[in-house]
Amino acid sequence: MDDKQLVEYVAKLARVSLSQEEEAAIAGQLHKILEYVDKLKEAKVDNVDALRAALVERDVLRQDEVVPSTLSEDILKNAPLREGNYFKVAKIIE
Amino acid sequence: MSNITHLSGLALAEKIKAGAADAAQLFNTFRDKIKGKGKELNSFVEVYDTPVAAKGNSVLSGVPIAIKDNICIKGKRITCASKILNTHTAVYDATVIERLKNAGLRIIGTCNMDEFAFGSSTENSCYGRVKNPWDLTRIPGGSSGGSAAAVAARLVPFALGSDTGGSIRQPAALCGVVGMKPTYGRVSRFGLIAFGSSLDQIGPITTDMADCAQLLNILCGEDKHDSTCAAIAVPDFTQGLSELKPGVRIGIPKEYFAVGLNVEVKASIDEVLNVFKSKGAKIVEVTLPHTEYAVATYYIIGASEASSNLQRFDGVRYGLRVKGDNLIDTYAKTRGEGFGAEAKRRIFLGTYSLSSGYYDAYFVRALKVRRLIKEDFDKAFKTVDVILTPTSPTAAFKAGEKISDPLSMYLSDIYTISANLAGVPAVSIPCGFNKENLPIGFQLIGKAFDEMTLINLGFAYQNVTDFHQKMPKIAYE
Repeated sequence: MDDKQLVEYVAKLARVSLSQEEEAAIAGQLHKILEYVDKLKEAKVDNVDALRAALVERDVLRQDEVVPSTLSEDILKNAPLREGNYFKVAKIIE
Repeated sequence: MSNITHLSGLALAEKIKAGAADAAQLFNTFRDKIKGKGKELNSFVEVYDTPVAAKGNSVLSGVPIAIKDNICIKGKRITCASKILNTHTAVYDATVIERLKNAGLRIIGTCNMDEFAFGSSTENSCYGRVKNPWDLTRIPGGSSGGSAAAVAARLVPFALGSDTGGSIRQPAALCGVVGMKPTYGRVSRFGLIAFGSSLDQIGPITTDMADCAQLLNILCGEDKHDSTCAAIAVPDFTQGLSELKPGVRIGIPKEYFAVGLNVEVKASIDEVLNVFKSKGAKIVEVTLPHTEYAVATYYIIGASEASSNLQRFDGVRYGLRVKGDNLIDTYAKTRGEGFGAEAKRRIFLGTYSLSSGYYDAYFVRALKVRRLIKEDFDKAFKTVDVILTPTSPTAAFKAGEKISDPLSMYLSDIYTISANLAGVPAVSIPCGFNKENLPIGFQLIGKAFDEMTLINLGFAYQNVTDFHQKMPKIAYE
């Protein structure tokens, strides 16, 4: 893949539409950034475990109790388009 | 007559308690300052006419506080300085907001920031750039640039920011105020709009260490709404506000004093070391050998987590919706129009790093290097109590200088990023000015959950220096 194809491919995965100028700009910038992060290839990581977060992982349990939660009306007020108690979107299945 | 807006949060609270100041009047004074001369800085997204209702009491009762615009305040607009969210009203309080209310603090408004906290200059905001109060042609740092600029100009005694790779500390340094990123897991992120979930922390921006300690007392501690928030006892941080602990060992990582460090910044840091030496601290050279990989590691991990967290902005449930030919096209058009240039770059870098065929080479490799970086700190902390570095390689740069070169912008976080990767606490403290009268800051990095040592050193330093009391001209207007 060249830079342009790469950006088109990632745009599709990320669901972001770009103008032609944006596409060209991001292609160049991404190329430079990827060149820089390629530095990580020098690091010796054989037998090193991935570290997802600097945190002692633990199970957090709680009683299964009913508590008041955010009201659906408050949430729906933020909807770009609603119908009754639903978010309204375009037809998905033809 | 002295100006009441120049007092620290604690001093204001004491005045209120003593009956020498009225909380309601004080709120109006700060509000009018923000809406008046403060407007020039563009440091606020929204200023409230009346404070968000507070209920409880604490030593900081009655004092106004500003909140970065990525933390939810129920019933108020929250935008992350993004076009994709700028009509959104928060439907619940973040845990930190609930705690501030319960402590009787009065929320005065929301601070401008880089869109979704992506940036080091607060130029990436849909509301326009924030100006550095020391020189309006320069950037305040970022991404919590609005919070830092507002505190520096005394538009508010203190503010909350968030820090994913330096976003509290770097603007604090560039604006001449104190900024603390607590340990990962010290402060609940419930209600913070997520950027990098394994990196994000909320923290205070203040003018001095006493206010920093008081706010940490209010903010820290376990939260049933955030399972990453640690079940570790929270000490009374004001105990750190005392003479320097005898025999404290300060580590100087040689990798942080290499190429790229501005000579004036270096000279200021040398002076800081002299202060600590004169107080009996032991200065020890340490090594953090994987430092050279920190920026690359951070940008892969941060962008990957961001691209994943930002998937929720699709125009269905909140924010902007741009109608397309079908649902997929609506997603793409909404995101294409709603996100700014830097948000798009991060989404692209992250999506690429996580994509099939590149996942191991980029994301997983970065996670492995991250462990090496954390182990560097573990080793160093076997011989020292705290690590001291510059916060930023240079003072504030000119607006526009790095905006078209993302890589050089990313490198301005070179000294702050590692603390997020390793999850350890770090604070930036003002320590001087360059020839152009721009502030310089130094950074203290501590062991996990040892914010106390940072407060102790910071307090001891501020006891014998006055850089934190210097104010830009705009603070007097």
